[in-house]
Amino acid sequence: MSDVAAGAPPGTVEAGRRRRLRLAAAKAQQKYVRDLITPEGAALRLRIATFAERAGAFTLDFIFQWTIVLVVLFSIAFATSRLGFETQNVAGAFFMVFYFILRNFYFIWFEMGRKAATPGKRIVGLRVAARDGSALRADAVFARNFMREIEVGLPFSFLFMGEEGVAGWIALFGLLWAGIFMFFPLFNKDKLRVGDIVAGTWVIHAPKQKLLKDISATANGENRAVFAFTPEQVDAYGIHELQVLEKVLRNSPDDVRAEVAARIRKKIGWQAQPGEADVAFLEAYYAALRRRLEQRMLFGDRKEDKYDR
Amino acid sequence: MTDLLKSYRFREEREGDWKALETLLKRAEGQGVRALSDEDILALPRLYRQAVSSLSVARSISLDTNVIAYLEGLCSRAYFFVYGTRSTFTERMALFFRRDWPRAVRSAGWSTLLAFACLFGAAALSFTLCMIDMDWFWAFHASIFDERTPNASTDYLRSTLYDGGAHSEDALAAFAGQLFSHNSQIALFAFALGFAFGLPTALLLLYNGTIIGAFVALFTDRGLGFEVIGWLMIHGVTELFAIVLAGAAGFVIGQAVAFPGKLSRLASAREAGRRAALIAAGCVVMLFLAALLEGFGRQMINSDAIRYTIAGTTLILWLAYFYVPRVARLDPSLEARA
Repeated sequence: MSDVAAGAPPGTVEAGRRRRLRLAAAKAQQKYVRDLITPEGAALRLRIATFAERAGAFTLDFIFQWTIVLVVLFSIAFATSRLGFETQNVAGAFFMVFYFILRNFYFIWFEMGRKAATPGKRIVGLRVAARDGSALRADAVFARNFMREIEVGLPFSFLFMGEEGVAGWIALFGLLWAGIFMFFPLFNKDKLRVGDIVAGTWVIHAPKQKLLKDISATANGENRAVFAFTPEQVDAYGIHELQVLEKVLRNSPDDVRAEVAARIRKKIGWQAQPGEADVAFLEAYYAALRRRLEQRMLFGDRKEDKYDR
Repeated sequence: MTDLLKSYRFREEREGDWKALETLLKRAEGQGVRALSDEDILALPRLYRQAVSSLSVARSISLDTNVIAYLEGLCSRAYFFVYGTRSTFTERMALFFRRDWPRAVRSAGWSTLLAFACLFGAAALSFTLCMIDMDWFWAFHASIFDERTPNASTDYLRSTLYDGGAHSEDALAAFAGQLFSHNSQIALFAFALGFAFGLPTALLLLYNGTIIGAFVALFTDRGLGFEVIGWLMIHGVTELFAIVLAGAAGFVIGQAVAFPGKLSRLASAREAGRRAALIAAGCVVMLFLAALLEGFGRQMINSDAIRYTIAGTTLILWLAYFYVPRVARLDPSLEARA
């Protein structure tokens, strides 16, 4: 990264500001990456879940739990409405046991499962893992979830205590104390909650990236003869621009592609031939640029962006 | 062919194996290891190692972000599967009851003694104070709805010990269910609160101890001491044992956080936390049994002798289960997987 900073200065003040922002954002992203060295000696880059992602996953799980609770409650109430008081009493007891089990073992059951994640975490794309890279064992899952009582259970019970006549300041103190536990993940670099500390776990990203078509595949063969770029033309951009172009080609609508194609043509001084399609041009330039940059990379020379020599 | 990018050829040669690994993982994650054939199991380590080495190479020769992101995801999924736990839920439960739970309880001997001292020390204190002057009862009185106070008549107090038979079995089931969920929640609280250096756990134990002491004192004062102990202990042996163990679990964590010793504070908390969590999980099981004993046993059995017999038997069983040393005869393959 340091050689990037040492690269030639961007042309304008505005471009320089944008570049600094981009580098700062990339650096901030790096803060969430942890290398896990496998026994084979390879490094896996695990990304730690942010507080917001975890809060989102928890909210989803909370909604799921309460949906189940309400559905069960209403079906019990409906099923026993015609029956006597005694039966309803039993149904009530059954419901309480059910509620206890759901409250405490919903997370445990799913996190002990094969995906090591609750439905909420799965939707957000997270999973639980042991911090030392070993297998996630049942005792760790128990520990991290029993701790939830003081992180979530306690703040809520303090919240409701205030209404039941306990001195307001006691409730306030309790809320403050429990709030510290609730927002614990914000105050450490691994975003651990108290349960994670006690269990030796963390929550990481488990993205399911599909393997897409290689863009350079279409730009081979006769295509290369049509789009013959000069060495100066393929040296105009760096890795950052290449990857932005990859994103544009994979995800962007046609008008964005057309605009990007126009800007690249202008930058490298490319004369569009009659009937030249924007996408064909972009794919060809992508392939040429990637070929050039990968070649340089093999010689240990990473050209990070267009300002990098 | 020379036309093609090096990174493209690299990808083309290995793509089939990556896809094979992906399908294999998808099946294993969805339906479990049993969904894999013998060939799959044999192929898995090879495919995994190949994917990991592909990732290392791809990082240094390819600038296709999609390929690298795909391989990162695939390799970590495969890593967690290959080096993860592959035992079934039933196997884990078996291991928990046969080895892990008693071992965790045995390892927390001093904490258990401390929790025991807190609970029964407080009970003895409040019992003594109440026996000297029954006005102390009001200091430890828990619920304003409970009519078992010094103002109640001796006959009424006696009836509360033996009138369980008047209830129907349905009501008893309801009672047992409430007891279980309430007590278990408290036990889990005692565990979790241990993180604050064990102090709230100690307070919780002391508080519950004083209530028990005052309660027993009230009945003893009316000459019902022997009877009330039988009434309490038929389930109380199991229930109070569970509360003591939950407190011990809290102390284990509190001690590890406050005095990490040679380990770092994080490592110490982790080691203790996992051990204590096993104890706390076991408490839920004990409290379930206790609620059954309390809800049905106590209300349906009105003979003091049988109550004492059950209390004694459960005590011996629990002590033997936790503390009698034994040779673990476990299937070694199970141990390796779990």
